[in-house]
Amino acid sequence: MNTQQSVTTTPSRECLSGAKATIPLIIGAIPFGIIFGTLAEPSGLSALGALAMSFIVYAGASQFIALGMLSAGATIPVIIVTTFIVNLRHMLYAANMVPKVRHLSLRWRAVMAFGLTDETFAAVSNRYLNSTNTEYAHWYYLGSFLAMYSNWVLCTAIGITLGELFPNMTQWGLDFAMSVTFIGMVMPYLKTRPMWAAVIVAGLIAIATYNMPHKLGLMVAAFMGVCVGISLQLLLNRHVKKNTGVDSDE
Amino acid sequence: MTNELFLIIGMFIATFSTRFVLFAMADRIQFPSWLSQALGYVPPVVLTAIIIPAVVMPKGEVWLDWDNAWLIAAVVAALTSLISRNLLITIVTGMFIFLLVRLVQSS
Repeated sequence: MNTQQSVTTTPSRECLSGAKATIPLIIGAIPFGIIFGTLAEPSGLSALGALAMSFIVYAGASQFIALGMLSAGATIPVIIVTTFIVNLRHMLYAANMVPKVRHLSLRWRAVMAFGLTDETFAAVSNRYLNSTNTEYAHWYYLGSFLAMYSNWVLCTAIGITLGELFPNMTQWGLDFAMSVTFIGMVMPYLKTRPMWAAVIVAGLIAIATYNMPHKLGLMVAAFMGVCVGISLQLLLNRHVKKNTGVDSDE
Repeated sequence: MTNELFLIIGMFIATFSTRFVLFAMADRIQFPSWLSQALGYVPPVVLTAIIIPAVVMPKGEVWLDWDNAWLIAAVVAALTSLISRNLLITIVTGMFIFLLVRLVQSS
């Protein structure tokens, strides 16, 4: 799909294809940036505060939750702790990326950490999934991050401006844009039985734990899904090894 | 105004710390092979845990019905993705079906 299979890659070429590969996800994020900007002032966050939040915090889900809590009258420490919990999943992403960033300088890793979102993680994971030539893959990451980041700040600004004109925007159900984007990202992973089992378990548990506070159900569902997936995979590997005498790592 | 500044700085620390802590130690930690394999499940599993409640219970309660535009469009999008293997086609088809069902419902 969005890969660079050629043997000769350059930083600028990787940067550009990273940005390009993120375009579908950017399209999915546009409604969110706009809706965030639109909702900010009715929730009690100033226009400048909303823009600064997108520029400095740069975390979609947390920013929406912060708005919801602000309008519900939550105190600032509670919002900050909630932000931390909601973002714990980024630690899972970071853990997944560790082997790929190990060789990079601390400055590179700091920039990449700031840019670690669901979307960039998905785009970059596909990059590593589809090609083994990863010498300049961190430039691909940078391209994806910069495209996503500038779009997020820009859409927040558009949303703030539109907020006064169309106060009913959220009732259109544009939240579906994020779901459909994620669906398109998950399907290519579903190639093995352990992977199917992992996502089915995660989906069912996510529904069952939906009412847990602070989006904690998401963590529970993800954790259980990963446990089921890896257990099945290890069982299947052992089965293959026993029957053929050959060690199968896949 | 000062309150907003505290909020934004606090949220920055909360998000950046979770994103950076493992990256900062990346050259010093070595995962066992089963753990690296397990981490390979993380992206699709987390995304699924976000998608499923969003489309099965868009209004906060389980809603398994032909009336649920989120669920219908999600199923169509998943099938489209299986057939086309193209992200942009999947998004456009899913959004089209979603808006169509919503439009039919509201008329």
